[in-house]
Order: sequence, then C-alpha cells, then structure tokens
Amino acid sequence: MSNNTPPLEKVLVIGSGPIVIGQAAEFDYAGTQACKALREEGVSVVLVNSNPATIMTDTDIADHVYIEPLTVEVIERIIARERPQGVLPTLGGQTGLNLAVALSDAGVLDRYNVRLLGTPLETIRKAEDREFFRNFLHDIGEPEPPNRTVNSMEEAQEYCDEVGLPLVIRPAYTLGGTGGGIASTPQQFQEIVQSGLTLSPISQVLLERSLVGWKEIEYEVIRDGDDNCITVCNMENLDPMGAHTGDSIVVAPSQTLSDKEYQMLRTASLKIIRGLGIEGGCNIQMALRPHPLVEDALQSHWEPDSDYYVIEVNPRVSRSSALASKATGYPIARVSAKIAVGKRLHEIPNAVTGKTGAAFEPALDYCVVKIPRWPFDKFPNGDRQITTQMKATGEVMAVDRSFEAALQKATRSLEIGNRTLLWEGAAAEYEKAGKNAEELLGPNDLRLWAMMSALRRNTTPEDLMNRTYVDPWFISAMQRIVNMERRLLRETLTPDLLYRAKRLGFSDQQVGTLADMLPEQVRNLRHDWDLRPVYKMVDTCAAEFEAVTPYYYSTYEQENEAPALPGKKAIVIGSGPIRIGQGIEFDYCSVHAAWALSAAGVSSVMINSNPETVSTDFDTSDRLYFEPLDEEAVRDVIENETVDDVPPPSVVQFGGQTAINLSQSLAHAGLPILGSSADSIDVASDRQRFEEFLSRLGIPQPPGASVASVSEALQVAQNIGYPVVVRPSYVLGGRAMEIVQNASELVRYLTVATEVTPERHVLVDHYMEGKECEVDAICDGEQVLIPGIMEHIERAGVHSGDSMAIYPGLNLTEQEVDTLVDYTTRIGLAMGVRGLMNIQFVIQGGSAYRSPHAPSDESETTVYIIEVNPRGSRTIPFISKVTSVPVASIATRVMLGETLAGMGYSGGLWPRQKLAAIKAPVFSMSKLVGVDSYLGPEMKSTGEVMGIDRDFSGALSKALLAASLSLKQGDGVLLSIADQHKAESLALIRELLEAGCKLYATEGTAAMIQATGMPVTMVTKLLTESYPNVVDVINDGTVSAVVNTLSGDTSVLRDGFYIRRAAVDRRIPCFTSLDTARAAVEALLMQRGSYNIEQIDAYLKPAED
Amino acid sequence: MATSDSESSVPAYLVLEDGSVHRGESMGARVDGHGEVVFNTSMTGYQEVLTDPSYAGQLVTLTYPLVGNYGINPQDFESARIRVAGFIVREHCDQPSHGRSDRTLDEYLKSQGIPGICGVDTRAVTRRLRDRGVMMGLLTTGSPEAAAARLAEMPRYEDQDLVRTVTAADRYRWSLEGPQPAGTQSAEGGEPRRRILVTDVGLKYNILRLLQARGCEVIAVPAETSAEDMLAMNPSGILLSPGPGDPQLLGYVVGNVRQILGRVPVMGICLGHQLVARALGADTFKLKFGHRGGNHPVQDLATGRVYITAQNHGFAVDPDTLPPGLEVSHINLNDGTVEGTRHRDMPLFTIQYHSEASPGPRDNEYIFDEFLGMVKEFNH
Repeated sequence: MSNNTPPLEKVLVIGSGPIVIGQAAEFDYAGTQACKALREEGVSVVLVNSNPATIMTDTDIADHVYIEPLTVEVIERIIARERPQGVLPTLGGQTGLNLAVALSDAGVLDRYNVRLLGTPLETIRKAEDREFFRNFLHDIGEPEPPNRTVNSMEEAQEYCDEVGLPLVIRPAYTLGGTGGGIASTPQQFQEIVQSGLTLSPISQVLLERSLVGWKEIEYEVIRDGDDNCITVCNMENLDPMGAHTGDSIVVAPSQTLSDKEYQMLRTASLKIIRGLGIEGGCNIQMALRPHPLVEDALQSHWEPDSDYYVIEVNPRVSRSSALASKATGYPIARVSAKIAVGKRLHEIPNAVTGKTGAAFEPALDYCVVKIPRWPFDKFPNGDRQITTQMKATGEVMAVDRSFEAALQKATRSLEIGNRTLLWEGAAAEYEKAGKNAEELLGPNDLRLWAMMSALRRNTTPEDLMNRTYVDPWFISAMQRIVNMERRLLRETLTPDLLYRAKRLGFSDQQVGTLADMLPEQVRNLRHDWDLRPVYKMVDTCAAEFEAVTPYYYSTYEQENEAPALPGKKAIVIGSGPIRIGQGIEFDYCSVHAAWALSAAGVSSVMINSNPETVSTDFDTSDRLYFEPLDEEAVRDVIENETVDDVPPPSVVQFGGQTAINLSQSLAHAGLPILGSSADSIDVASDRQRFEEFLSRLGIPQPPGASVASVSEALQVAQNIGYPVVVRPSYVLGGRAMEIVQNASELVRYLTVATEVTPERHVLVDHYMEGKECEVDAICDGEQVLIPGIMEHIERAGVHSGDSMAIYPGLNLTEQEVDTLVDYTTRIGLAMGVRGLMNIQFVIQGGSAYRSPHAPSDESETTVYIIEVNPRGSRTIPFISKVTSVPVASIATRVMLGETLAGMGYSGGLWPRQKLAAIKAPVFSMSKLVGVDSYLGPEMKSTGEVMGIDRDFSGALSKALLAASLSLKQGDGVLLSIADQHKAESLALIRELLEAGCKLYATEGTAAMIQATGMPVTMVTKLLTESYPNVVDVINDGTVSAVVNTLSGDTSVLRDGFYIRRAAVDRRIPCFTSLDTARAAVEALLMQRGSYNIEQIDAYLKPAED
Repeated sequence: MATSDSESSVPAYLVLEDGSVHRGESMGARVDGHGEVVFNTSMTGYQEVLTDPSYAGQLVTLTYPLVGNYGINPQDFESARIRVAGFIVREHCDQPSHGRSDRTLDEYLKSQGIPGICGVDTRAVTRRLRDRGVMMGLLTTGSPEAAAARLAEMPRYEDQDLVRTVTAADRYRWSLEGPQPAGTQSAEGGEPRRRILVTDVGLKYNILRLLQARGCEVIAVPAETSAEDMLAMNPSGILLSPGPGDPQLLGYVVGNVRQILGRVPVMGICLGHQLVARALGADTFKLKFGHRGGNHPVQDLATGRVYITAQNHGFAVDPDTLPPGLEVSHINLNDGTVEGTRHRDMPLFTIQYHSEASPGPRDNEYIFDEFLGMVKEFNH
C-alpha cells in the first residue's frame, strides 16, 4: 500500500443480503469474522446488510450497523453519513461485488473518495466478464477451454455450428451460475442460450467447449499487498465437471492428484491471483484431465492442448473458502480482512496455533467430505438434475481419517429422514417424481445412493465409472463400503469386524440393519467391547505444532485428544445444514446460546455439521465437535464429555427441529436436557396431548385430530368440515403441509404426498382463513416475557416462514393483544416451559387483510392457537433486533436457572417500540426449474430481509425493496385472479389504478374488471394461440409484476404455473396472495418510496422530533 | 488398515524407544525396519519421499492418512531406489487410480524389500514425536516386547554416516533420460554449456532436472570426490546437495568443501548448506523434531518476502556461530531457525530448504536462476 493514501480509520463492509441459493450462511460467517478482524486492527467498521438473521448485524459486531436494503441509493446515503475511507465488498458474495461495481459506475466511490479494498474493480470485471477473463488468461499464459463470448442468439448459433455440441453456456454476472447449463441437443442449446441472455444483466453468455467428465479441482489462495501468496487448501470434486461445484460432493484435500499435478495447479493458482492483483482470498476452479479410463468412457476423440484448463475465478471469499476454512482451521475471511487494510501475511498471527503466523499452508491429517443439501425433499417435482446452475440450499461437512468414514458421516449429517448410505429408495423416489430411473446415474440429488445401489446389484466399478465419469478411486471406496456391508450381513459380529466397520464410518444403525440388531444393541456391544470414537483436533498443521483451538472430529483410532472439559458445561445442539424451513436463524440462536453459556461461566460445547456457519467457527464456543446431528454422534460426544458418570446437559431449543427431535432420544437415554423437559416438548408436539392441554386451559384451537389411517382421516375431516389443513406430525417448515378442500383431495394427499401409518401420524385440522399472528416468548416458570407480537400480512394458510411479518402488531386491537399475551402466559406456565417458545395464532372475524391505513372493523374477533413450538423459532433474530431484547441469551440464562426478575425483566409484553419493522421472505425460485412459486402452507422461501423505519410505510417500502417486491408508479401489472378471490380483489385493483399502474388480465379477470368500468387489457392464457399471451407480456417487459391467485384446487394449478414461472424467470414480483399485493401497492401509494436510513440503534431510540 | 478388507492381515508393530508400542498391520516387505522415526506433513508426494536419500536411516510417517491413492509411476522417482528404512501410514491404498501408475505402494515396497506398517494412529505417533522429540524405532511383525529390547542395542541415527549409503559410486552425467555414465557425450549437442557439478551427499534427481532444464551440463560426483578432482573438472559452479544424517560426521566432505569455497561459485542445499557452514567454522545442532513438509514459511531477510518451501531436515545451523562474512539470509517464520546464508565476499549462498521441491511447492525454483546468475557473473 502506498504511503500517500489516507490511513483507513473507517471501513464499510457490505453484507450479502438474504439467504438465497448460491449465497447462504457462509457470508455471515465470513463477514462476522472480518468485522472482528478489522476492529482488532483499530478500524471502525460500518456494516450494511438487509438480512436480520445474521450475527454480523448484531450491534456488537460492528461499530455502526445498518440493516437496510442493499441498493446503490441506500449505500450512497450510508457513505454520505459515515464517510468511510474504504469499502470492503469481498465478504458479501457476488452481491457485494456487484454493488461495488454499481457504486463505482454511479460515481459514488469517487464522489466520496472511498477506496475499494481487497479486489480491484478491474479484477471484478475480469473475473465476471468472460471476454476480459479470457484475455487475462491469455496474457498470463494460463490455459482456458476453447470458447467464445456472444451477445445474441445468432452469434451463439454460429459458434455452435463451428465446434459442435455439447457446449457449456454461462451467463455473465449472475448469482450461482443462474441460467447456465450444458446443451447436448440443438433444442437445449436454443433454450439455455435464450434464458442465459435474458438473465444476464449485460445480455452476454459464454459458450465453452464442454469439459464434462474432467476432474474439477479448486484452490483457495490468499495474497497480500507485498505479493506474498499461499494456498490454503485444494479440493477435489467427486462429481466431475458438469456439476456446479456448489452442487458437487467435494473432498479436501484432493485425493487422486500426484504431487506433480497438485503443484502444477497450485503454481497456476498463484500465478492467477498475482495476475489479478487481489489482496485477500480468491477461489480458483480448474479442470484437470481425467483418468484415461474416464477419457475412454467420454469418447470425446478430442486431443486437448493442455492437461488442465482454468474454469473460473471468484475474486472474493466464497462458499468454497468457508468450506476450506472449516476444512483446514485456517480463517480465510479473517486473514483477508486484515490484508485488505494493509497487513502482510506473516504479520497476522495464526489464531489456531497461537504461535505461528498466517503465512503458511495448512496441512491436513484427515479427509473432509462436503455434500450439498438440496431442497428436493420439499420439491420432489422440481428438476432434480444437477447442472452448472446451483440448486442446493446448504451443505454438510464431515471429517474423518478415511474417505469412506467421512462420506458416511456426511451422509448422516444431511438429516434427510434417517437416510444413511444404505438407503435404497432412490429409484423409487425418482420414479414417483415422474422421472426416468435410467437417468439416476446422471448428476442429480440422488446419485450418491443410486451409485451405492448399483454396486450392491453387482454393477462393476468399471461400468459405474463409464456411466458417471466419477474417478475410479472414489468408486473403489464405495465398493469397499459395499464389501463391508456384505461382511456385516454374512458374518457374525466380532470386535474386529465391528472396529473395521466403524473405521469405514458405519453407524450403529447401519450395522444394526445389516447384522439384524437394534441400534441400541450395537451401541451396547460397542461399549462391551470398548469400541468408542476418539476425538482428534483440526489444528491447521497436522499436529506439527501444539494448537489451542478446541475444534474436534470423531474417528475410530487409538488416541483421544479431547479429554472431557473440566467444570460446568452444556452441549449446544446446532441446526445442521441450511434447508428450507431451517435456515440461518437457528444458527444465530445457537451462537447466542454458546455465548450466553460462556458468559455465565458454563463451558459451551457446540455440535454441528454445517461448515457455512458462525456456530462452527472455532472461537464461537469453548469446544466444537464437527459431527452429524444424530443420536449416535450426539450421545458419543456427551459420553466423551461425561465426568464421574455425570453427563453434561444439552441445550435443544436453538437447533430447530433437528435438536428438538433429538430431545426425545436423549431423554430416553436418560440424558439431561437444559430448559423445558422432553415431556413439555412432547405435550406441544403430540396432537392428542396438546388438545387436552389447551382444553384444560380453556384456550380454543381449530378443531382437528391426529390420525393413523386414511379412514380415520376421512372421518375426522367429515366431522370438522373442509377445508382442512393436513401435515405429518413432527416436521419442520410446513413440510408436506397442504390445505385440502374435499375428500378426494384428502385421499390423494394421504396416499401420494405423504404416508400415514400407525408410526407416522398425520394431523388434520380445520382450516381457518383469518389474520395470523405469532409471538416468541421466554418463560422461567414464574413469568412469561413476550418481547413482541408479529402480525402477518398474509392471512392464515401461507406458511409463517413465507409471510411478511409486521412488528409491533400495528393492526391488532388492544383486546386482541391482551388475549395473545394472556394465552401465551398461561400456556408457557402450564406447559412448564423453561426457555423459549413460539406460538402461532389465527384471529377469526374482522377482515383478513388489515392495514393501518385501511379502516376495518375488528370488534368481534376470536383468537385461536394454531401451534406451540417449545423452542427458538426463525423469528428470534428479527424480534431481538427490533426490540433490543437479547432473546436467545436471556432464554439460555433461564435454562441455566436464572429468573427473568433476577435479570431485570418482568413478565408480559415488552414495551412496544416506536418503530415499525417488517420481515419479508426471499425466495430462490429462479434457481429451481419446475418448482411452483405460489405461497401455501408448505414453506418455500430460503431467506429473509428486514425493513425497519420510524413508521409503517417506510418500513414496508424498504422491506419490499430489499425483497425485490417493490412496485413502481406506472408499472404494468398482470392479473389472473381465481374466482373465489375476484370480489375481494377489487380493492386491490382500484389501488393499482390509483397508483398509476397499467392493468393486464387474463380472460375471466379482465371481464370482471371491465364490468366495473375500469381500464384493462386482456391477454390470453392460451400460449399457442395469439400474441401477446400471458407469457409474452412478462417476457417482453410489458408488465413488471404479476398477481396470480389460486383456487386451491390443485388440478388447475398448472394453468397459472406458466405465468408464475415466467415471472420468476424474469425476476419480477409474482404475488400469489392478494394480501402481499395490497401491501405492495399501498407502500407505493403511501410513501412514494421515501424512507429513513439510520443505524439500527437509532430506530430503537425514541425519535427526537 | 489396508483399504482392502481382506481378513488375512498380519499384525505389525511400531516400537519406539520411549517404550510405546503402536499396533498396525504389515505392508510392504515382511522384514524388520530400524531407524529414527520422523514425520512429514506433505499431503502428496509419497513416491518422492520414499526415494529421497535424505530419509536414509529413518522410519518415515506421513501425517496425511491416505497414502498410495495415485499409485507409483515410472517418472516421479528422486533417486534410484527407496531410501526410507520403513514406512508408517494410517491407510494405504491398494486400488490406486492414476493414468501413470504402474504398481501399488505396497507392491513397490515389497519389490525393494522395505517394510511398512499401516493402520497406525499416525497422529498419535506425530504428537509423541512433537512433544518428546524424534526417537529411534523398530518396525516388526514379531513380538513387540522383544523388539523393545533389541531396539536399545541398535545403532543410533546420529552415530551413522548415512551419506556413504546413498552417495553415487561413480560420477555420472544427467540427461533427459536420467543418469548416464560420465564421459559420454551429451546427446543434446549445441553450444558448450555451463558445467555444474553436484556433489552427491544424497541428491534428489529434481535438482539435476532443474539445472539441466536451465541449459547446464550436469555432473553428479560422489561425496568423497576430492576438491582437486572437482576443480580439475573445470566446473562453472558446484552445488552441494541435500543428504541424510548429522553433518558432524562428515569431516571428509567438509574438508573438500572448505577448499572449493571462494574458488568456484557454490550453492548449498539442506545438508549442503550445513556443510558449508561447518566448513567455515559454524556449528550445527539437532532440532527437536525437524522440519519435514511442504508448507514451511521462509522469509528472505533482504526483501522481506515470504516463500512457502519444501523442507526435510533434522539439523540446523547455529546462527550465533557463523563466521564473519557468512550472513543469515533467510529465516524460518515458524521457529526463527536459519534457512539460508549468503557470503559477503565469496560467490556462495546456501539454503536449508529445498528449492527443487519434489515433493512440495515450486515457488523457489528461482533460486536456481540466482545460482546460475552468480555463476555467470563469476565466470565473466
């Protein structure tokens, strides 16, 4: 860094916004680490992020925290206020980099004399613009696959005619490769190129010689301002080229590369980061020529001009760098942040060893396996093929001393039922989803199990390789697992055999299945034979130096390095991989629980399997076990932490349904649970017990029952009346929840969508369409503290996680508020809750849509309880931030035995703040081809944003802006309204016209609008008949928002599907609830987009005017 | 544990002089192996490690648990044969996957009569060595109790002149095809090239490859070659190679080195670096557990730049004993030990680390260019 630049006293860090596919919790982890690292250097940190469910937006992580929409205008206002000398965008994912480019293009950086830190602007462009990137590689003499950048369909066709298919298509400047793909047929080619050109903000795609089947290798590299470079880690994708690395099973370090190859690619990586002039971390993806047998299988008849090609560079911290950090113990984000403000690598201490510096390369003495977590358990009908467009919402990581064991542990960590590698349902599930089982060995979310199945059915490893192009080394390892399965089936279990099975990662459950025993019997046998896992440390240096990090993994070896921690301690059970319904919010809670325990003098012992998170950062807890969150792994850890036969208690309230589900097994094993007892949890979860409980308290709930058979379900539904809400018991995120209108729908649901058995009950409740509200509350056994009430904009029937929620319940009457508080207090006390609970209510009577600006009559309303969850919910971070009540921390202290009164809190509703805050869901639908985006009782959103302001209209405007749901004056809006909503939609239609919107509508809707004398243009739903049809007006930009409601009868879903998909693909708002649409148009009418920009603290203080 | 799940495994033991016994299964030749037990943290490059003469007299454990994944290939040897006295791994792969592989690790060890052990908790062994220092050990498939008793009577590492066991018997010329008898003509022809002698106290082929790739005529000479004989060959420069063992035992080489310093440009690598220091009167000492791996940060004191280096040494130069004129040029950032020296007046510099890598990062090949630059300048 030259000497004439002003010193960096204040730096703006840009967060990555809501969790979407391609940008998940890893950026909270990276950003949090970076903020801490910068402050250690005496730099004052200004942070902006729109996502409240992040640790980084806690007010103690940065000096000035803004939870505001991530737009150029907002950031300019923040820069104008704060006047930072530098902006660090490299920790905010592609969102951060894109904003940096936009800020520069808008002249903001120059205007306020702000330096771009970390990655030069040129480099961001080089890495994203394929043409620049190609020139760059050419200049430094690094090989890239034959390719051409095109800006039109015609240019694309020309190149295709030249080189032939298959070709890879990559749109420029999109998140997670959105809109890309591999085309093997002319038709695919046409489709993907067209969609890629549309999605690219600069209408540009790259066509590239397909390297499908080549090895995909990544390097994580860091460079400082003195040009010192290191590689942190390399990674090998088990799934060869063709699958997005975020959707690939990844192994660290590489397994099949000789030292010559390893060093060849390492040298290339260093050359690239130097050429790009990055100061910080960088991810480099390369394709390496595959095994000759794979090459034969590919039949490419192509003699490449290089043994490797450079595929892609991410000039920033990334999902891969988070994985590399967790895989090695090397904190890439922390080091990158320090480098960005001028530190050199060797001047940064290695926090892991406490002795050595950051200028070294981690040595691993274990094998790491990452497996993506896909959302297809929720969207079985989505396109499950894995391509260059990422589809996973999260990932798991497992560490062990053999690849087989790491692979098996990672599989267990996925938490898809109890699915181990023994699961044989892949073919059946694929066929059930209407797919051809022949394609199962192509890259898809079930391929791992399909490969195992094939080996069990005596497909030879060679044949499997020919069909998957997976390197023979990985297939041999799978074959070794299958061989062990056969031994366990065939032979009598001996200590030696069991030891070997455990060393290959077989769980007690798997051994039990094969050896015809119960898992518990296998566990007992293990104990009899003294076969217990030992725990080894992840220390960055393969034990060469003594390390101080308390970061461990289990393995079956001789030496245990993790003697039980002395003193008081508690286990925090984390929430596992990010999936729809169990997102970063739960990790936020786990982190706060760990901090609160430590602050109370109780050592926190974290168990989690998710490498993306803050909870698995090595300095979050007093001890971290990177393990699957299943009964075996958790009990093993508890046993390892047991001193004098006293097992430490477990905190299960913060890890979402994962932890709650474990509570029953732990209690059954006689292990202590901190806070609410397993029995209290059971009361809330068991429909029968819960109903009895509420009726004892005289609190109403919608009528319903838990059923164990189809006939029972029909009987219950008949009694309570349709429509009914149906869902399996003990599930999260409304998984497989539906609103069912009649008996035949109910039968379909119970036979096709889910399975009802005496072991697996289904809940059938009367559906009440009304105002939905929820509260989070803390109960200490004496009092119940309710930090705040959240009122949903969408009426009941839309999953709470997909609803917009308003704090502090602006549209509720005092009487309703009193009832909510009363019910919550009585339930908390009577249920014996110690710690957190979340209650969802539906209010019947009055109008379903309420707005502070729309008069309505709520005199005669009744409050019903929909459900009680005796655990932390996904709204904890939101409610903590808008009330400044540290909910997770207080709850943890309550679990430890403190009282609310003792902490200075009283029962009842916490004073309502003089602000309005709105949590809005964010979806990743554009990544999930074939998935329908309508809102219903099954949760679909992947993340959330918050709009906060002094009044409702400002908050609403910002929430919509941050969620990309804003309407603008004069927008064209396409309406397609189901018959049952037509009357109600008139209010919305009037408001749209009032806001100057131009209306387009499908036949029936248009007829209704015309009948009322309002102007509308009719567009046909029939895609083949005339122009313009509904999809045309979306694609050609005539309309910039869609309102499409559903009748509730699933048979007509398909009609609207094309409309919704087209809107999703064009990235325009698609409202499937009239309530959301009304909120959006009201925001436009009320405010015309004006809002305040303040530090989060400032909203929490009373306004000064 | 062998990656095969065969039931016919033979128990084997690694017995250390501190009395600890580490159980595993036999691989490679079923003979006893005796030596100093050391660990290497490289995650790739086992073939290069096995054939690196600097490991003579040592039982080597790799901290990375999965070994043999890409087999053994005909190209990546660093000397004519396996040099380690025995090999200790967590898991060896008998189904390697690589286009160049022509045999498994186990087959290679067997073919050269070298014992190995797998299934060992190599991290436990490494931690022991780290905490207590390197120690002698015995690999055996026999009784571990008997082995412990025998171990006490076996010669110690630092008492053995291991250079004599690895140095070339005769001088040879390096060509693209490998070693050729000295005196044969270079097949490459063209202009007369710089002649670089490499004193073989345990050299790695990659030193010769890299010099040859830089247009040098490369001749390796046995460790005992006298200074007169070396100078009589009219070398443009002399490179003192790496090698095994305690430099204190190598008086016969040190004497020759002393006579060539200042008369020809000299570069020393690893043991060669230590020999130069001793030739000029400095002391060397034994490190607790040495530096072996591909991730050691070394700082060039002149520029402040940091380089990631490959290392393999158990002894180091004592900086407090350096004679006037010989200055520390590089240090190890982990423990501050000397990683290089440069002479103020003579055409002479040395490095403790391995610029030839193989295995390890190739970041330091530029050192050979610096050497050849010094050679060019001197011969001007």
